[in-house]
Amino acid sequence: MLQNESKWVEKIRNDFPILNRKVNNNPLIYFDNGATTQKPNQVIQCITNYYTNYNSNIHRGVHSLSREASEAFENSRNHVAQFFGVKNTQQIVFTSGTTASINLVVNSLADNVLKQGDEIILSTYEHHSNILPWQLWAQKNNGSLKVIPLKSDHTLDLDQLENMISPKTKVISVAHVSNTLGIISDIQRIKEIALKYNLILFIDGAQSAPHMQIDLQKIAPDFFACSAHKMYGPTGTGMLYMSEKWLQELPVSGPGGGTIKSVSFEQTEYAEGALRFEAGTPHISGVIAFGEAVNYMNSIGVAEISKHENELTIYAQNKLKEINEVELYGIADEKAGVISFNVKNVHPFDVGSILDKYGIAVRTGHHCTQPLMKNLGIPGTVRISFAAYNQNNEIDFFIEKLKKAISMLAP
Amino acid sequence: MSIQEKENEIIEEFQLFGDNWESKYEHIIDLGRTMPLINPEDKTDDRLIKGCQSRVWLKTEQEGDKLFFKADSEAIITKGLIALIIRVFNGEKMKDIINAKADFIGKIGLQEHLSPTRANGLISMINRMKSEALQRSK
Repeated sequence: MLQNESKWVEKIRNDFPILNRKVNNNPLIYFDNGATTQKPNQVIQCITNYYTNYNSNIHRGVHSLSREASEAFENSRNHVAQFFGVKNTQQIVFTSGTTASINLVVNSLADNVLKQGDEIILSTYEHHSNILPWQLWAQKNNGSLKVIPLKSDHTLDLDQLENMISPKTKVISVAHVSNTLGIISDIQRIKEIALKYNLILFIDGAQSAPHMQIDLQKIAPDFFACSAHKMYGPTGTGMLYMSEKWLQELPVSGPGGGTIKSVSFEQTEYAEGALRFEAGTPHISGVIAFGEAVNYMNSIGVAEISKHENELTIYAQNKLKEINEVELYGIADEKAGVISFNVKNVHPFDVGSILDKYGIAVRTGHHCTQPLMKNLGIPGTVRISFAAYNQNNEIDFFIEKLKKAISMLAP
Repeated sequence: MSIQEKENEIIEEFQLFGDNWESKYEHIIDLGRTMPLINPEDKTDDRLIKGCQSRVWLKTEQEGDKLFFKADSEAIITKGLIALIIRVFNGEKMKDIINAKADFIGKIGLQEHLSPTRANGLISMINRMKSEALQRSK
């Protein structure tokens, strides 16, 4: 690691109080960032500040606190919109997270846009959250799911995509980055195909938004979703981006307080823009802190985060390749900070259990991508996933302890 | 030997390792390797225990008012822990299994395997053995 870079990481690490704690008498090494990231002081203080100084409901009070809270809430929308290169802030709808965003889209499309027998295209490495809502719709409406297969290097076989499209195909919904393999989907190419056949494109950005610069104005999908908690923000918050077209046309499927202009028992007029989809009292502190989280990412530099995580990935992949017993999945030079592997003839649960004793947090299991595991013919993997605060010496310690685990577990 | 006595015996055995978790785990891994296995054809879905991150199968056989168990798991640490539970419950009367506290896993310093998470199968395993005893004794 370069001198400058080590200082860069050190400075970031100081922002994360949890990195000072010990786990099983060892310093915490947190490699489960794909599941959720740790939070910097800036975000933690933002939440405390809200509850300490201006806790109030938004968009309905005439009093000062409510105005302050509403302003902070809408400011967060500006920050998030800017972060994703979106000019019209109304295109950012706050939800409780990626899963809620997907459900919102599927439920809203279900009544008026999707028709009996329609087909939805997903990919083999979809996370369950981007399978189940579509599957439920398909089961109720005689629809079907088609799945983009993987190539031998575990990237998506997009050559097959066009052949899968029929007159009944309505939607392509794909992960921008595979949460299990870290492979980055070729979104541009998928977008071109979606445009050519006039299909709705939904991008599940849960695993890409934390790791790379994303310009939604440029990609211009119909929908894009992500979760704050994987981006150094709080849990229970996320967003749904929708194109101008859908902002006007998407039917409301979850009406409630806050989504309206006027209500009578005979007729209701719904609000315009994002508020139309934000029923009920939202996770106010969470949304405000989401804005703070993207500001934090900007302050350290998204391009630098990307570069740093990519270097960690290559460093760790190379170290893992040197271990004979290790089998890697989805190796690519450019990935989004995620590595999945197994130790031959050893169950991932056992590897994770031993690593935990050394204070190393990894994810084991199917990572909520059971169809992918079935495709690879394995019960699960050990997954390490990086964030800005991870560093090479943590990987060195991990490799040393992984070897120890192998010596204890290998048959 | 009663269930409680067997539990105490295991607790004493593990006290020899002191705070050295590595030796404890090595011992558990060894136990996992030597546990009598279920025949592959007996690994049916109805013997599969839900709630495990690794899959676990349990085969129960009854002789009079006593139960005998065989199990298998994909994960060797889980298997070792199950071997301990089987050692405690095997050949015991159903009413004693139903009433057993079976909290020795915590007492031998392996609390992390008892945490109430989706990842954990050990509690499901103990509950399954108890419910088998309960159903059969009705």
